[in-house]
Amino acid sequence: MGNPSRMSEPLREALGSLLLAMADDEVLLGHRDAEWVGHAPILEADIAMASIAQDEIGHAILWYSLLHELGWPDPDRMAYFRDPPEFRNATLVELPRGDWAFTVVRQFLFDYAEKVRLEALMASAYRPLAEAAAKVRREETYHLMHSRAWVVRLGDATEESHRRMQAALDLAWPHALGLFEPAPGEDLRVAEGIQPPEAELRARWEAEVRPILEAASLVVPEAEPIDGGRKGQHTEHLAALLADFQLVARSGVGETW
Amino acid sequence: MVNDRPGEGPTLTREAVLAALEAVKDPEIPTVSIVDMGMVYEVRVDGDTVEVAFAPTFVGCPALHVMEREIVERVQALGARHVSVRRVYWPPWTSDRMNERARQALRELGIAPPQPASREITMVLFEGLACPFCGSKDTQMENLFGPTSCRALFYCNACRQPFEAFKPL
Repeated sequence: MGNPSRMSEPLREALGSLLLAMADDEVLLGHRDAEWVGHAPILEADIAMASIAQDEIGHAILWYSLLHELGWPDPDRMAYFRDPPEFRNATLVELPRGDWAFTVVRQFLFDYAEKVRLEALMASAYRPLAEAAAKVRREETYHLMHSRAWVVRLGDATEESHRRMQAALDLAWPHALGLFEPAPGEDLRVAEGIQPPEAELRARWEAEVRPILEAASLVVPEAEPIDGGRKGQHTEHLAALLADFQLVARSGVGETW
Repeated sequence: MVNDRPGEGPTLTREAVLAALEAVKDPEIPTVSIVDMGMVYEVRVDGDTVEVAFAPTFVGCPALHVMEREIVERVQALGARHVSVRRVYWPPWTSDRMNERARQALRELGIAPPQPASREITMVLFEGLACPFCGSKDTQMENLFGPTSCRALFYCNACRQPFEAFKPL
């Protein structure tokens, strides 16, 4: 399966809703990461956040490009000219950047979710998605090394670092579970071999992150997922984020930069 | 190669296109051509139509557009009327595709060339990396991330120079 023009309309929609969720997650996390540029606690972390932000936004452009091939508007239009209810990101990525501990925890939870998703999608029946997933997965190796190292370092470094990391995990965890809220059309995607069920991805993800969090002396909270993002239901933070993120593009519509 | 004598059209061949692409460099690594980087996967010539299959190193590299524009300009200069650049992700570009010329050019820029990416990429891979200035292996990784997506920051304990390394990918 690789030719969008030979795809049934429901299948095209179902594939598109997965790509849209992935693209929106990455573009918004990239924006949140970029907010650290010039503000990170040490220079090395500042450079790392700039680089990670650039990677995430690059990956978002790739997913938006695949979406464009399915008939959606071009990547710039998708990123800059949609309003909050049209975004399909999980709420995890729209939360304000918070302190450094929250940034580390959010990035860690997201990076591992992306890892298990990409590894599953490398076997996707939709060939362009499988190929792109293989490419992005190689790059993510560096994000995983970075975020895991920070989690382990800060989890039990000092009383304050532990307290902040635990608070960050308590806040981020239910939103992170929302990364596995199925985008519309999951049954069809699973039946067509595009992706395994989200519940399966979540199980693989928990099997990866729980041991690392425990090694960092952090306790995973008992919490229900905060879903809704994949249906366009967001926290109040998304509107504020987009007002900032989209400001320049929207104030010069049609301009050439 | 290219025949540009007046009255005779230039001969467009795959070899001529590849030779022209030797002049296209990554603006962030200005001494290494995209051909030596292993980023040109395929060149198809059909009459005056040329298609270049081009693989990004890192997907988020902001220099991709610059390189793609230059590919088009260089190939048009050979006389091609229709030039397209197809961005490819399969097989994924890996740093193992860089040839020896690219590695030498990186060293001359003060950037350590990447270790083999066929091994699993872990912190172990960054131990004992040879300093591009003095060759000592008494070096340490300072930051997995650097001025561009593809580079990490190191320090040489022997010649006391900070240096960059191209990441294995």
